[in-house]
Amino acid sequence: MNGNQTIMEADALTKIYRRGSEEIAAVNGVSLHIDKGDFVSIIGPSGSGKTTLVNLLGCLDNPSSGILHLGERPIFGKGKPLSERELTKIRREVFGYIFQNFYLIPTLTVLENVMLPLTFYDKRGRSDDASRLLKILGIDHRKDHLPGEISGGEMQRVAIARAMVNEPQILLADEPTGNLDTKRSMEIVETLKDLNKREGLTVIMVTHNQVLAANAKRTFEMRDGQICELERTAFT
Amino acid sequence: MITKFQVAYKNLFRKKIRTILTIVGIALSSWVLVSLLGFNQGYERALSKDIDNMGFQLMIMAKGCPYEAATMMLKGGTGLRYMDESMLSKVAQEPEVDKVTPILMAAVFDPNKGESGGVAGYFGVDPKTFPEMKTYFRFRQGGWFKDLDAYEAVMGYEAAELEQREVGDMILMPEKNIQFKVVGILDRTGTQDDGTIFVPLRTLQKIFDKNHQITTIGIKIKKGVDSAPLEEKLYQLPDVQIVSLAQVKETIMKLISTAKVMVLSIALIAILIAMVGVINTILTSVWERFQEIGILKTIGAMPGDIFRLIWMETLILCLAGGTVGIILALILARLTDILIRSVLPYAPTGGLVVIDGKLVLVTLAVILGIGLISGLYPAWKAGRIRPLEAIRREVSG
Ligand SMILES: Nc1ncnc2c1ncn2[C@@H]1O[C@H](COP(=O)(O)OP(=O)(O)OP(=O)(O)O)[C@@H](O)[C@H]1O
Ligand SMILES: [Mg+2]
Repeated sequence: MNGNQTIMEADALTKIYRRGSEEIAAVNGVSLHIDKGDFVSIIGPSGSGKTTLVNLLGCLDNPSSGILHLGERPIFGKGKPLSERELTKIRREVFGYIFQNFYLIPTLTVLENVMLPLTFYDKRGRSDDASRLLKILGIDHRKDHLPGEISGGEMQRVAIARAMVNEPQILLADEPTGNLDTKRSMEIVETLKDLNKREGLTVIMVTHNQVLAANAKRTFEMRDGQICELERTAFT
Repeated sequence: MITKFQVAYKNLFRKKIRTILTIVGIALSSWVLVSLLGFNQGYERALSKDIDNMGFQLMIMAKGCPYEAATMMLKGGTGLRYMDESMLSKVAQEPEVDKVTPILMAAVFDPNKGESGGVAGYFGVDPKTFPEMKTYFRFRQGGWFKDLDAYEAVMGYEAAELEQREVGDMILMPEKNIQFKVVGILDRTGTQDDGTIFVPLRTLQKIFDKNHQITTIGIKIKKGVDSAPLEEKLYQLPDVQIVSLAQVKETIMKLISTAKVMVLSIALIAILIAMVGVINTILTSVWERFQEIGILKTIGAMPGDIFRLIWMETLILCLAGGTVGIILALILARLTDILIRSVLPYAPTGGLVVIDGKLVLVTLAVILGIGLISGLYPAWKAGRIRPLEAIRREVSG
């Protein structure tokens, strides 16, 4: 694995929200670069701007100012904000997302949920990938169940499989364990670690939990919209 | 692989009651629509058939209200007026005339007919000329009587059914207590003739004491000849009126057109109501799935994909409703017939509500069109949901 190929670079990313006459810089001049194959965790108190930052990095939102590069490709910073269409195109090419609330489609089975992205966009034309992913994530035996019939930990695994089916380069996880107990949370983080190690997937994970964050190769801490990298932990 | 159609279709099962109610709404309005359109074409068809089957294009009757005369002819009603038989030869001399035939209508009250009695219609006809007019008559049994003054009768299909008569049986004319021998029974024609009993002209004249008197002359015009000049000439004759069956048809169609406009307005209102129902259902369901739809966009769905997904849901609803409605209409066509018949001033015999393949397709197309239009706004709304807003909702609760 060539560890120092830059996959994402942000320079002075800023997002300002206006609340009445008050301006809040939810993300305030964040610069960072992330290599291909990194496993990054972001921690910080509530309201510090973690979600806002991840949304910018994941091209879910336009920044107020600042520059973002994905690989060699400039995304933000060329002047006018990108349209929802343009953002969608970048997103489905580069990113997979998972969230605290899993957002599975309740009327579709586990397998159907995982295959759903292929309905809209089939990057590789490999629909057999879904079953392979279910196996890797250990939810193969649940593939014909509906989301309402499986546990929270399993639901998040399904969400991970769904995010992975189009082979994203970067997986963004905003508090993926927020709705899970300690044991299940640990399992999910182990899964992400495994995908990172085995598939070379770049992972950016937001969490409140220091212990979980310590599993990442690199950890950033946010405070009042600003970011600083903590000392590298030993990656086990 | 899972298709958009499957996603849309499965979603409709999430709120079963709501889906069913919406489908029922669409079904009812398409039932109304297809029935009313069926009536629009069926009525005209039935009326044309009734009139074409009269076998002649013009009738001369003793003076009276022309509508009444026309209706009397079609329904075999009462309130009859008479003219002299000599009129027949006058009319026959006209160059445009192909054939003429004299008819004496008589109505007799039959206390045994139906529950509270009813009118039996007798037509006195000339066995030499009348059958030539009614060339489409087919006999189930027997044939025409030969003598102008025999006590013999030919019974229409329904008249024979009602009286349970066969050829060779006797039939009693009520009031007058006179017996006729049944010599022929007609096949069903789908017209008023089915309920009529035909007897020789002279015989009927004798019984009703109307020597050399008739109520009607049927005129068949030569092929390819314009009837207008003849009508002009006949108008000069004293104390008679001319009924052109083309005119009768026109007059009745005019009377009906008011009913048609009302009928179409009702159909339109039904459709609008269904449309509002569909829009409401789909908008609600889009709103409920706000987050879900936003998330679809994070897994690669373009605004156009979402638009098609929601649009498809609308189409499925409309197609299902439309199909149920049309099946309902086909099953209940008889009932609709009876309902419409009860409110019309004049209803021809035969099916009033005619639903054919073309009409079914037209209705389905209309319902689909409604679906396409109703789906536009909700689908457009859904297409514009941004993933970010969907995720933020979780923050705000
Ligand atoms: N759409 C918005 N409009 C106005 N202010 C916003 C908006 N979204 C976020 N903010 C504000 O920006 C700041 C950062 O919010 P953000 O959601 O990024 O924090 P967070 O670190 O993810 O917090 P948490 O740990 O609770 O998820 C907060 O003060 C928040 O109130
Ligand atoms: Mg957050």
